[in-house]
Amino acid sequence: MIAAVALALLASACVVAAWRLASARWTWRAPRIAILLWQSLGLTWGLASTGALFAYALEPYGQGVVYGLHSYLASAVSLGLLGDVRTPYDLSRSAAFIAGVTLLALLVTVLLAAIWQTLMARRRHRMLLSLTAHDDPHVPGVRILDHPGATAYCVPGLRAQVVVSAGALRLLSPDELAAVLAHETAHVRERHDLVLLPFAALRRAIPWSRIVRDAQASVELLVEMAADDRARRHCSARRLATALLRFGTAGAVPAPQGALGGAGHVMARVDRLIKPSAELSRRFRFGVLTLSAALAVSAPFLWLIPH
Amino acid sequence: MKGLGELERSIMDILWAQGTALTAREVGRAIADRDLAPTTVMTVLDRLTRKGFLTRTRDGRAWRYEPVRSRDAYVAELMLEALDLTGDRSAALTRFARAVSDDEAEILRKALLELEEE
Repeated sequence: MIAAVALALLASACVVAAWRLASARWTWRAPRIAILLWQSLGLTWGLASTGALFAYALEPYGQGVVYGLHSYLASAVSLGLLGDVRTPYDLSRSAAFIAGVTLLALLVTVLLAAIWQTLMARRRHRMLLSLTAHDDPHVPGVRILDHPGATAYCVPGLRAQVVVSAGALRLLSPDELAAVLAHETAHVRERHDLVLLPFAALRRAIPWSRIVRDAQASVELLVEMAADDRARRHCSARRLATALLRFGTAGAVPAPQGALGGAGHVMARVDRLIKPSAELSRRFRFGVLTLSAALAVSAPFLWLIPH
Repeated sequence: MKGLGELERSIMDILWAQGTALTAREVGRAIADRDLAPTTVMTVLDRLTRKGFLTRTRDGRAWRYEPVRSRDAYVAELMLEALDLTGDRSAALTRFARAVSDDEAEILRKALLELEEE
């Protein structure tokens, strides 16, 4: 029973921590560390919530989740042949087992579906780009989209493409354009799309959950901040900030559905570019990293212990 | 000899510019690259049809091809995705800045003015 209770507590702790982390502001001072903590929280929550159900269901085996599942499957296979099967299941354990399998299957399916959809969407996007976008010798390595609106983005992948619209080229000064490109290159280098993928998947699976929504929005912003941080090593932070504001003012659209809070995010990024706050203390950063590591290890450990 | 992707692009450009349905022979004649084998043009037209970019209709013994949608429609589709206005919030792209509403844009405009005055 200890493992089941510990896993249930761990899952609840993850939810509480996510709720706190979504409104925390220290994260803006160390976006990369905060992203790691988010990833660790998400993974641990998934393993702990499914693990708690399995640990309870398989407790009669006294072998822990991993070996318990193995024994269960082995006995299920040999059920008809040997007749020597322990059948300690009561209704609640069976229900927990079914719930555990369902939740785990759901999480895995959602993730796989999101990966598939993302790959398909990118494929179509690349194809359309290859038919309609063009190159410009003044901005080498960048695809240009003939549209008066302002946008700059990258299509991630093994052969990532940075795309800028004609409207954005008109809008930005050369320094600002360089800053935008440095930002996009940072996304490409650090594979931020992979960071965002599981959170976007979870959000699409549970769109009504406020905590999932907050978590995704929070990670999205942190990823942008991480890219800003990397970009400012190669360009002027001030130009990056004015580019951001120019984009915001030019790209205004009547009522973007589900894209609210955009200005809040932009202002948060502008503020930290113009007035960078002091770095977090070494002790604090070390503490957060240790916590992330401990979390990530704790759930697999509890899956293995026999009680 | 151009790559297949580039060929797809020039063929789409020709068909978009024409405004009427063309046969493979007519497309071949319009392409600048005269050394192109007629079968290559056929292959690319076929590929583009299978991918859903062209439709074809019978005209005697030949097929006539025309674009399903205009070039601008595809650019608009790309733009919607780029601005994340499709509503599906996928993580397919990473963007420099998200779209904001008109009210929000006003706040940003003020901030920009302040920054430029400093």
